[in-house]
Amino acid sequence: MRDGQVVKGVRFRDHRVMGGIMELATRYVEEGADELVFYDITASPDGRSVDRRWINRVAEVLNIPFSVAGGIRSVADAEEVLNFGADKISINTPALAEPGLIDVLAKRFGSQCVVIGIDSHADAGTWRVYQNTGDPDKTSHSGRFTLDWVAEVQDRGAGEIVLNCMNQDGVREGYDLEQLRQVRARCQVPLIASGGAGTMQHFADVFRSAHVDGGLAATVFHSAAINIRELKIFLREQSVEVRL
Amino acid sequence: MSTPTVAIIDGGGANIASLRFALARLGIAAELTVAPDVIRTASHVILPGVGAAADSMRRLGEAGLLELIAGLRQPFLGICLGLQLLFEASEEDDTACLGIFPGTARRFDAAPDRPVPHMGWNRVFRSRDSDLLTGIADGAHFYFVHSYAVGVTDDTLATADYGAPFTAIAERANFSATQFHPERSGIAGARLLQNFLARSP
Repeated sequence: MRDGQVVKGVRFRDHRVMGGIMELATRYVEEGADELVFYDITASPDGRSVDRRWINRVAEVLNIPFSVAGGIRSVADAEEVLNFGADKISINTPALAEPGLIDVLAKRFGSQCVVIGIDSHADAGTWRVYQNTGDPDKTSHSGRFTLDWVAEVQDRGAGEIVLNCMNQDGVREGYDLEQLRQVRARCQVPLIASGGAGTMQHFADVFRSAHVDGGLAATVFHSAAINIRELKIFLREQSVEVRL
Repeated sequence: MSTPTVAIIDGGGANIASLRFALARLGIAAELTVAPDVIRTASHVILPGVGAAADSMRRLGEAGLLELIAGLRQPFLGICLGLQLLFEASEEDDTACLGIFPGTARRFDAAPDRPVPHMGWNRVFRSRDSDLLTGIADGAHFYFVHSYAVGVTDDTLATADYGAPFTAIAERANFSATQFHPERSGIAGARLLQNFLARSP
């Protein structure tokens, strides 16, 4: 999200407006989404907090859990987001800058509402964590390796990990199964795969081959290339347990 | 039928907004309160729960609500920690609870494939029938977020499974409680809340 609109880019660049927040949120609930994640991608790079009143409007209409990411840098930020009705807070860049924030948030609000987003990029045979990914001009390598960071955030109390595989983002060529398998082997909290979904088969592959707990996608849902209800029926036929 | 007057007992946790919004979608403006008179005269009472058992019991005690809750005769619904508080005790900080249902909430044992807290959509299967489950398919999915749970007891109305079966819904006389969050459980959750509100005071 940026300035009250839902936007989506390709490999974290060239964002296009995809629709209004409420319109898309309502559609996804009707189609049977299990959870929604709202990313305010402008928040961290600008060094400012977001206007969060929209969370309250979203909470009024949603009857499924949702998390909010973007610009949450303190207990006060987190408390505001949760009080507006979000179920979880998702932290990315601020956790890299100050890992102790994860411990503090988990103690104060419980691990169940602390999600760590990891933007991971394949570099020379390994995976590394990137930061400030909302703005291509400010995106940089954080100095951390993905598998190490996955272990550390769990030790600090993260209750869930969303792994955004940047190489795959927005290109619809499938999830990064190898990376997700490696992370799954080191991740004992719920793991959500993100980046690369293009077909229904991609979802079936990531659940069956990487054993993730959830599949996150944006482009294919925003563009209505994949209908969530039809996807879930497809997954059930592939022996993946889904809520229908 | 007259419009229900719903009191939500304010246990101090954050995130009551989602419950109030869920009731608003059913046309109910609920009052968040610790006032004994408001709770006593409400047609329906809800005890939500986010946070720790000891902290919530302390708040209920300070508000003078411990005996009052046990004496209520109108439809009562505990949610999440609100379910655990209706049992005799919780392992969480060894807390004595309200004791309306016999039994103790115990911490889940973490396993490599079963992280704690248990979080997510799980299927709920009924052990017996109740008007609380009218119109809800057996095995419907509900949304859970919890680290403690009560095993299966005589008061178990429905179960879910996380390594072992546990109480997803408890019910005895006018007291009902769900370990899951109906306010975040889609259409099935909304139906359960609607069934609860349809009960006669």
